[in-house]
Order: sequence, then structure tokens, then C-alpha cells
Amino acid sequence: MPDSEVREETRARSFWSGTLSFGLVSIPVDLLPAHRSAEGSLRMLDRDGTPLVRRYFCPSEEKQLESEELVHGYELGSGKVVVVTDEELEALAPKKSREIDLRRFVDRDSIDPLYFERSYFLVPGADSSKAYRLLCEVMERSGRAGIATFVMREKEYLIAIFAEGGLLRAETLRFADEVRSSADVGLPKRVTPDPRTLDKVRRAVAGLEQRKFSARELSDPHEPLRKLAQQKYRSKRDVVRAGESQAEAGGEIIDLMEVLRRSLAESGLTGKGSKRAAPRRKRTAHG
Amino acid sequence: MWNGKLGVGKLGIDVKLYAAVEDVAIHFHLLHARDEERVQQHMLNPNTGEVREADQIQKGYEVQRGTFVLLSPAELAKLAPAPSKSIELYAFVPASQLTPVWYERPYHVGPSGKSPEYFALARVLSERGLVGLARWVMRKHAYHGALRAHGDYLTLSTLHSAEEVVAAPRVAPASRAADAKELAMAEQLVEALAGEFDPAEFKDEHRERVLELIQAKARGKKLKLPPRPRARAAKPLASALERSLKMVQRQQHGKERLSA
Repeated sequence: MPDSEVREETRARSFWSGTLSFGLVSIPVDLLPAHRSAEGSLRMLDRDGTPLVRRYFCPSEEKQLESEELVHGYELGSGKVVVVTDEELEALAPKKSREIDLRRFVDRDSIDPLYFERSYFLVPGADSSKAYRLLCEVMERSGRAGIATFVMREKEYLIAIFAEGGLLRAETLRFADEVRSSADVGLPKRVTPDPRTLDKVRRAVAGLEQRKFSARELSDPHEPLRKLAQQKYRSKRDVVRAGESQAEAGGEIIDLMEVLRRSLAESGLTGKGSKRAAPRRKRTAHG
Repeated sequence: MWNGKLGVGKLGIDVKLYAAVEDVAIHFHLLHARDEERVQQHMLNPNTGEVREADQIQKGYEVQRGTFVLLSPAELAKLAPAPSKSIELYAFVPASQLTPVWYERPYHVGPSGKSPEYFALARVLSERGLVGLARWVMRKHAYHGALRAHGDYLTLSTLHSAEEVVAAPRVAPASRAADAKELAMAEQLVEALAGEFDPAEFKDEHRERVLELIQAKARGKKLKLPPRPRARAAKPLASALERSLKMVQRQQHGKERLSA
């Protein structure tokens, strides 16, 4: 199934490489996401099956706008709108950094799980195997997690690094002002449960107790949608094939040119262009 | 806030769910640069350039690249899980079994009124070091979740599905194991850097800078750009460990003298 190949690929690709530093020790590492988005999103289609694209329009000029024509507006409490441009936001983005600086080691159980946001695997990069293993071993033995900050894709993250079974994993953490405590929420005052209630609850819990957690129970909520779609596809009901989209075709040509250029460079037919990166796509305000 | 009922075997405990995550992101509107008019979004057919209105749009699931199966509003409505107030606990497992990889979005769970069962459940989970695995339907979505003790109270975190979590990569063993001296030094270094985790110490500086920019612009001012961080070169392992230790010890010695 070609689909599963694509997913394998997303899983193997690292999108951040850098060094994990601890004191003056530098460990080259690659960061791999521990999550992928499950399928299940629906596309909006025209009557002929062409996937529709979202575009922005100016209501007073009644015209379609390109991304260069857009700016951001922030509405103040007074109703006044402050205009902010892409350039201004880019200038404020944290500078790219290739370093995760482990500055503190804390008791791994002392981090409130409410702070955990996303997980990434940290795998050893070139020639870092020994120092990597050493750090893993020491962290596992001491029961400590490392706290660090680092910059990835123009955003600064606070992370906790855990060592588990010889593998380092980074959990991005929410910032303190993103987490509401039970006091912020205003939960009612605690009531002391009487022994009879405690006993009743203890028995109810014990009745459902298992030694192990099985991920198989965590079925994909989009499964019914996928099943229905596959079933209709097999019986050839309501199947449409998208006509070649002009906008997408344009994009494909750029990629193809790049592939050709690289192939030529690699075959040694031209000396130029081997290091040239793919044309950077224009940053759009609507992301 | 959302009202539900925790189902633990035959027990039913009325609870309220409260979001534990605050949306602090800076939300912008998109404006047309020339007239600062707020933009409208439309769905466009890229081949014909025609704008499509809601009643002209069909929904399709991509079964293969470029091939879609159309799903009617009636079919989609039938797929939506039936609304329910029940948060069904189907198992309790040791808390250590569930790594943070599974956690998605946390909620505070509060008792509905005076509920000794609620506080008894929080206490049992805390004493026994267990988490409850739950399934429920909330606002037309089916969720998996983990119910945990949080002090005297309970939290419920939605969990990623098995599909969404990538298998842990395998790390090849080191060609040469670290020697006892290196291990001892690394241990000392970790201990020297040991401390408490205090979330309040860390701030989203980027968000603060954007807010400063907005406030400065509102007052008609300009902002200076932030400075660049420095990079560092790699050093051989043993000597790096030794020097790090000395550095950390020196820093700590200095601190003690200052506070004395």
C-alpha cells in the first residue's frame, strides 16, 4: 500500500538536528516527532471533484488577495487595531539555534503531567553514541529528567528530557501561564470520604484493575469514517478523481526541475547546483 | 465546562470537566495591507477560479492520491458518535505504564456537589499509584483518556490514538562502553546540576516580545531587535566532563560565598 510507505517516511525524517549539551559535553542528536496526524480529514471538493483551495478576499475591493498583500491586525481592548507585518514578526522570532542546553536535572516524577504537550525522540547523531549512552544511563539511574530550552521552527520551547530504555525523549512543556491550577478553576472544597465509601470505591477500582496498559484499546476515532469511505470505494459508489489542478501542477513543475537539477549534479554532468536547496516557498500569512 | 458521569463498574460519580489549558496565544485577524480591511475567506476552484458557496461544496475522503469518495451530510451525521454524559472507566493500570507520549489535552475534573465518592476515588488512585483508562463522547467527538489523582482531586487527559503515536526508534549500542571514571564524573555533573522544576521560572519570551511590539506600535514607537545567542564547539568526552564539573563547582562555591 503506497499510503503506508508515506507514513514510514514521515516517521524516519528528522526535522531538527543539533547538539544536546550538558556542561561542556556536546552530543549531536536528531529530533524525531513521536506523533503523526491520523488520517480522517475530509477535503472540500467542487462538483467535478476538484479539491477547493482557501483564498482571501478584500470585501470592499471585491478582489482576491495574494499573501504579500496581507498583514496581521491585533485588536486592542479599546477596539483600535494595531497592524503588524510578517517582516516585523520574523525579526522577533528567536534566532535559529542548534543547541539544547541541559541546565538542570530534576526528579522525573516532580513534573506535573498537566505541563506535557508534545513528545519527540532524541536519537544520537553522528559519532555521539558513547556520550549519548552515558547520559542515558546516568539519568535513568538517578531518576532525573533534564530541563532545557531550545529553538525549533522559529519558536522557543521549554522541554523536559527523559531517559527510558536507552532512549532519550523530549517532552515540550506548556508555560506556567498556559496551565490552570485546580485553584484557578475553583474546585469545591475537599470532603473527607467515610470508610464505607472508600471501601466501595476501592472494590470498584480493584474489579477493573489490569497490570498492563495496552495501546490497542486506543482505537482511532476516525476509523468508522475510513471504513465507510473504503467500503464505498470498493463498491465504486460516489468515487471522483480530481482533475489536474493548475495551481498544484505549477508547484509540481518547480519540484520536478529541482529533482532534475539534483540528478544532473549527482551524475556529474554539471558542477553547479548540487548544494542548492529547493526553492523556499513563500511564507504565507495564513500559514 | 462540561457535565458528565464517571462510570466505575456499577458506580456513577457526577463530575464537571474544566479545561486545564489556557489559550494565551496572540490571535491576529488577517487584513488587506492597502486598506486595512478585514479579509474574507472563500473556497475557490483553482482550475476555474470560481468561488464556491457552502451549498455547492461536497465533502470527500481521499482514498488514494487524487481519488476521493464523496460523503453526504446524512452519511457524516450517521458517523457522529451518539451523545452521552458517561465517562466510562474500562481499566485501571499502574501509572508508570502510561508514558507522557500518550497525553494530549488535560482537564480538571471536579465533583458535582458534595461527593464523597469523588474524593474516595482520588484517594484510591493516589494511594495505589493507578491511572484509570476512560472512553467518552464530548461535543460530538469520541475520546480516550487517562484519569489521574492530582493532589486531592482528579484530572482527565485526552490520549492520542495508537495510530497517532510513532514506535520508539531503536538506538544502536555504543561501540565502547563508558569507563567507570567517565560514569562517575557524569553522575557528579548531573548531581551538581540537580534542582527543582519551577514552571514559573520560564517564560514564553517570544510571545512577550510580540506583545511588546504591539503595545509599542499602539503608542507609535519602534522596538530594538533582540541579540543573537552564541554557539559552542564540541570537546572530547572525558576532558569535557572534567572541565564541566570544575565549572559547576566553581559557580556553586561562588554562590555559597555570596549567600554566606
